[in-house]
Amino acid sequence: MTDLAIEATGLTKAFGETKALAGVDLAARTGSVLAVLGPNGAGKTTAVRILATLLRADGGTARVNGFDVRKQPAKVRESIGLTGQFASVDEDLTGTQNLVMIGQLLDLPTRAAKQRAAELLAWFDLTEAAGKVAKTYSGGMRRRLDLAASLVGRPRVVFLDEPTTGLDPAKREDMWDVVRSLVSDGSTVLLTTQYLEEADALADEITVMDHGQVIAHDTPHGLKRVVGGQRLTVRPADPARHDDLLDVLRGIGQAPQDDGRGTVTVRVDGDDVLPDVVARLRAAGIAVDEFSLHLPSLDEVFFTLTGTRSRDNGREALV
Amino acid sequence: MKKRFSLRHALVLCKRNLIKLTRTPEQLIDVTLQPIIFLVLFLYVFGGAIEHGSRSEYLQFLVPGLIGQTIAMSSISIGQNMNADIGNGVFDRFRSLPIARSVPLVGAVLADFFRYLLLCVILVGFGYLLGFRIATNPLLLFAALGLSICFALSFAWVSLWVGMTVRTAGAVQGVMFLLIFPLSFGSNAFVPAATMPGWLQAFVSVNPLSHLVSAVRALLLGGPVAAQVGWTFAWVAGLLVVFFPLALRGYIRRT
Repeated sequence: MTDLAIEATGLTKAFGETKALAGVDLAARTGSVLAVLGPNGAGKTTAVRILATLLRADGGTARVNGFDVRKQPAKVRESIGLTGQFASVDEDLTGTQNLVMIGQLLDLPTRAAKQRAAELLAWFDLTEAAGKVAKTYSGGMRRRLDLAASLVGRPRVVFLDEPTTGLDPAKREDMWDVVRSLVSDGSTVLLTTQYLEEADALADEITVMDHGQVIAHDTPHGLKRVVGGQRLTVRPADPARHDDLLDVLRGIGQAPQDDGRGTVTVRVDGDDVLPDVVARLRAAGIAVDEFSLHLPSLDEVFFTLTGTRSRDNGREALV
Repeated sequence: MKKRFSLRHALVLCKRNLIKLTRTPEQLIDVTLQPIIFLVLFLYVFGGAIEHGSRSEYLQFLVPGLIGQTIAMSSISIGQNMNADIGNGVFDRFRSLPIARSVPLVGAVLADFFRYLLLCVILVGFGYLLGFRIATNPLLLFAALGLSICFALSFAWVSLWVGMTVRTAGAVQGVMFLLIFPLSFGSNAFVPAATMPGWLQAFVSVNPLSHLVSAVRALLLGGPVAAQVGWTFAWVAGLLVVFFPLALRGYIRRT
């Protein structure tokens, strides 16, 4: 028995002509969080579906909790929980009925299944909606019920496929707390995300995927060192002061970048430079409309790692 | 390594289907209103024109025939419903659970037991109001209904197979109609086969619905039962052996 809860080597999968995975390696230590970061179509969901035994790989091997996903799928299913991008709850059943059904399918006695359902509904703040049909739930509530359904059997490995896509920021924080508490209970979590900020907040290690391939694997710290940590974005109130602003920021960090839409972004080493920047702007008499510190967007990460902009540039990369 | 089939799992999913049924009770039209409409239609519209003695004698002949025909018609909905249901995200969840792959299908068929029970009760009950009387005893009535439901549950696998094979729920209905019309009208359900041409009589005599209808007639009205009940069970077994694996294979491919 290794101390890796998830271990995949050389996974390949093609859908017709499309190569979804072209030799992917993934590994997560027991009790850790592995974030798989990548844009839409990178192959993240395909990889998760293979690890959760929903899809068979064309090539490569994968073990979850020490069990081979191809040869021992039933053993794998006993110890995993899966929450997909699209909530997989039964819309005609109530919250309670959904969770009790899953509990009974996991061979819990009916009373224990009901107890577990009540426990999870309370944890996910759904107690009031427990008797209502899931059809009437909001998107966020459905997401929470779906996550609750994947935790009924207290799985040792939890797969979360873009758990916060489409959630508002407050609900996103709630989801993060859930992930942290799962890990503190000893579970291993593999989560896919399009947000470096999310991966940075939760993960012990980050695997970056694009076009069905792993293009980087590192700790959040290591990855940030490569892609350059935080960015400071400033927009002058008066567009005419743009060049003066560039001069000021040149004195702060490396190579300020002009995005052509009136804002300037510069890499900084941490938030301790902020007072200095503010002082310099005041001394130069430049008023600003926007002044924000943030981690690189997915686009910027990919730009640094691959030297090319990720394909779907039109997509808003939020961080 | 496969997870062994568990009856409890199937019953849990049977309950799921019953709950879904209570959310949209109009799904029950095919086992409630439909048999009543057929009974009235055949008795009063065609009944007088069919050479079979008086109307009350034709009613005696018609009720067992309609049991066979409406069971076949009511099988359509399970294929249609599963065709639409497997698009539901919850089927992804079922697949990630340590349960046998056949469980969702078996659960749906078990839930259909109650639909067919309702169908039989309504058909015989409404027939009774119009004057239908059993000539044997209540025990044989139960035997007849049991045999009918048994047949219905195995015929449901044909519909499930179609449901897992064609792309849309509407297409399920189209394909099943193509199958059910020759089976129900090319049988002894509505008229005796004696007036039909020889080639059609040959079809009627192997038609599973004919055997079911003959067995039910004998159980309700009297006459030798053993051979027809035997043939019906042979068809029940045959349909299961062929269409259970086909439906399961279609389901596994589909999800």
